[in-house]
Amino acid sequence: MIPATLLLHIRSQVSQTKRRTLPGSMPSGINGRNSNLREEAAGMSEVFKGIEPMVHNSKISVPYSWWAGDTASRFFISLRDERKIIAPRCGNCRKVFMPPRKVCPSCFTENTEWVSLSGEGTLVSYSIARRRLASIPADKKAPVIWGLIKLDGADTALLHYLDEVRPEEVAIGMWVKAVFAESRTGGIRDISHFKPVR
Amino acid sequence: MDRAAIIGVGMTKIEANKNRETFADMTWEAVNKALNDAGMSIDDIDNVITTSSDFWDGRTISLMAVGDVSGAAAKNISCVEGDGTYGAFYGMMRCLSGSYKTTLVTGHTKGSESVSSLITNSAFDPIYERGLGMDMITACAMQANAYMHRTGLKPEDMAMVSVKNHGNAFRNPVAQLPMKITVDDVLRSEMIADPLHKLDCSPVSDGCCAVIIANETVAAKFRQKPVWVRGLSFCTDSFFFGDRDLARSSALAEAARNAYRMAGIKDPKKEIDVVEIYDAFTYQELLWLEEMGLAEYGKAAGQLQAGAFNMDGSLPVNPSGGLLAGHPVIAAGLYRIAEIVLQLRGDAGAHQVRKAKTGLAHGVNGLCGQSHCVWVLDRER
Repeated sequence: MIPATLLLHIRSQVSQTKRRTLPGSMPSGINGRNSNLREEAAGMSEVFKGIEPMVHNSKISVPYSWWAGDTASRFFISLRDERKIIAPRCGNCRKVFMPPRKVCPSCFTENTEWVSLSGEGTLVSYSIARRRLASIPADKKAPVIWGLIKLDGADTALLHYLDEVRPEEVAIGMWVKAVFAESRTGGIRDISHFKPVR
Repeated sequence: MDRAAIIGVGMTKIEANKNRETFADMTWEAVNKALNDAGMSIDDIDNVITTSSDFWDGRTISLMAVGDVSGAAAKNISCVEGDGTYGAFYGMMRCLSGSYKTTLVTGHTKGSESVSSLITNSAFDPIYERGLGMDMITACAMQANAYMHRTGLKPEDMAMVSVKNHGNAFRNPVAQLPMKITVDDVLRSEMIADPLHKLDCSPVSDGCCAVIIANETVAAKFRQKPVWVRGLSFCTDSFFFGDRDLARSSALAEAARNAYRMAGIKDPKKEIDVVEIYDAFTYQELLWLEEMGLAEYGKAAGQLQAGAFNMDGSLPVNPSGGLLAGHPVIAAGLYRIAEIVLQLRGDAGAHQVRKAKTGLAHGVNGLCGQSHCVWVLDRER
């Protein structure tokens, strides 16, 4: 079984600030009844004037374990134990899917065959984060480069990291190959990254 | 088939941080504005649809936070998780069902209260993708690269969208970010994720929008001029980026075709007068226009440069300033509908465009425009 853990931190970032000057934000051209309603609606009636906005700071942190399913498990076990990238193929339309999934979306039938891929392929597109976005794992340093890689023999492309390449060298169409992680635990990061084939 | 119309709209000002207003406070304001706009009381509303996202709201069953202020006590209330245009789609279906006559639709988001990078990272597949750490901006940068590679679009071409939309926002009292900027300003702003500079990206925003949809049998019963729904459709692409052609959006092309067919529109370039489109990033305004048949694929930037999409151009696009001038995520598409309604009624004030009989509003759900919702609205029935 491949457990994946969600640790989602949602941090309240609303700062405690002084009351903003509100009249400037009033919409113009409003008449009697609307005006009263709008002032009330905007929390601007007399009784609330001058009240300091209080903020409740908290976070959501919920452990979550996803069963990866038979299809992803087989793929991950192959990465972990054999350093091999395998992919399911539709018995009907013959399409080969990365990332692996159980059902062919076109034929609406279960994929039953597996094929081995070489681990090399073409870069379809890429993205380069220049700053440390909150979503980036702690072990990665900016710039972080992600690639959409169409592996040789697959019909759909896999999202993963590009590395051992400078940002300015990355180009759509470049040939890349998988580099496996030294320490593998049965997950998508058992592939460390893809690097250019020079 | 039966018809329905939008008979009232209400928008809060979009702001970076509404720290004096809860979700309920924002909704109360937007709902009351929509009721006033329609000349209705809450008793005239027979059912309520909210659009919200539990992750963005930091709670489950997020509609429960806004039911009371939507007047939903003792009424049927239901929630759509996704963009506001999808909530309105559901609300319209209810009006056409025969069971309901008047649907109040709301959409709210407070982007200021969480961390957008973590929330949008959670949209990725948890088994294969999420741990790699991409978010909405880095995902859309990947789409922008694919689109630029296919079409030869340059960063300075995309930057013109930012200049136009931030400029338009000066005339829209609810816009968050009116800015007088140049293409160079955009290109010199911080590179967040190549090729997206900070000024290519929409801001994090708070806001709530409400619209009231009525069956044709009651649409003329209230004070406001009805704006008629002539065509609408939504279509969805594959979830995994690697299954799609990221440089295109077949889902949007199909949604637009369906909506035009329903509206009886043969030549959208000639028959659509004004567009409010989901420009979360600059390149998206161009790509979405092209996929909707409002420009040739890869050619929208040329028309933009020639001024075609300006307020006084042949096809004004985002006269409100669009998402680049304020992006309350879940509500953003509902704001597009409300803006088109104001334009078609002639009530858009300083950002009113000259000729506005038929308008198009567009909403997006999912990463890199996985799903698109297209509305064709008309002043005339």
